[in-house]
Amino acid sequence: MWEYLTDPFNWSGTEGIWARILQHLWYTFAALALSLLIALPIGLRIGHTRRGAFLAINTGNAARALPSLGLLMLAVLLTDQIGFLPVLIALVALGVPPILASTYAGLSGVDPATIDAARGMGMTGREILTKVEIPIGMPLIISGVRSATLQIVSTATIAALVSLGGLGRYVIDGLKLRDFPQMFTGALLVALMALLLDALFALIGRITVSPGLKIG
Amino acid sequence: MSWIGDNLGLIWEQLREHLYLAILPVILGLLISVPLGYVATRYSWLANPLIAFGGILYSLPSIALFIVLPAILGTKVLSTVNIVVALTIYTVSLLIRNVIDGLRSVPPDVRQSAVAVGYGAVHRLIAVDLPIAVPVIFTGLRVVTVANISMVSVGAVIGIGGLGELFTLGFQKDFLTPVVVGVVLSLGLALLADLVLVTLQRVLTPWARVATPVVEVA
Repeated sequence: MWEYLTDPFNWSGTEGIWARILQHLWYTFAALALSLLIALPIGLRIGHTRRGAFLAINTGNAARALPSLGLLMLAVLLTDQIGFLPVLIALVALGVPPILASTYAGLSGVDPATIDAARGMGMTGREILTKVEIPIGMPLIISGVRSATLQIVSTATIAALVSLGGLGRYVIDGLKLRDFPQMFTGALLVALMALLLDALFALIGRITVSPGLKIG
Repeated sequence: MSWIGDNLGLIWEQLREHLYLAILPVILGLLISVPLGYVATRYSWLANPLIAFGGILYSLPSIALFIVLPAILGTKVLSTVNIVVALTIYTVSLLIRNVIDGLRSVPPDVRQSAVAVGYGAVHRLIAVDLPIAVPVIFTGLRVVTVANISMVSVGAVIGIGGLGELFTLGFQKDFLTPVVVGVVLSLGLALLADLVLVTLQRVLTPWARVATPVVEVA
């Protein structure tokens, strides 16, 4: 594996390691952005109005049981396509539930007395949402985005099965060729990427959480 | 539909393998987490590093772990041992936090009373501390069991994955039925396992079912 990693030939070109890393990141961020676009507004709405809580809680629970590989194959066969679209559908289907559930949980955990106080100060519904509920719910919202990201990164790996690029290529090609050093390289790089993204979100969490919430 | 009838044997076989690959790690993980969590509550400086380390392990993608483990363990890439060990690692990394939190939730006066009536360390752990910790431990146990059941199928990418093999089969033959059967059975299995755990928790904590609050004696 070390030889594979240190051979400069393997790092350059359109099928080199750098290119694969960029592809993998592109799939991840595209799917994450789309998941956020779908899940955040719904989660915020449910959390703010407290209507539809049943839906938010249960999608969160059910999603844990979704087999990612099955979802991917299902998306490929149902769209009757091979390529980015079915993969994106599968990744978004895995990314939405954790963000939705934790956004709802973050907002619904806000003390009703706090919201009453904000209303008493004359805040409108929108102000309560943006100035009170979102900042207080932020730690949980970020943790939902974090688990969605990990789920997406690892599922983007198996997307190589349906002829997509990314770091999964090394795993799938290595397996077919019985080239284990190549497989280990892919697996290790994916693990490293997951850890780095996880650390990034831990950092974002630190920055975005209001200092007032960190005391006590 | 006729595919299902013709392949009942195969489906049954994969379901059994799936169940085995998902549940054995939960049992092993529990057997490792409880003593480890107990040690961490006795030597409390161990607790936070253990929980943090668990968090890191849990963030590793399963496919990566399935492939890297053989290099570390010296097993073959296609050995079921890799799946069992990988999922046991996930189980422990998640459960350790719940075990520690659960054992910490035992009220100090309950612990003192147990010591006072003569319970030794091991006896107290089994008869007093663990029963009180059951709700917190089971919260983690439920999460990890359901997650394990969905993760097993990823193993099909490298050739061992219970119901996951129905996914790759359907994909290779461009045929939807096996994939749908696999997804439905995997979801059903997760639901059923969760139900079993909820029931087990109720059986293990009969006092939680008592509706009337305990009357405080002044």
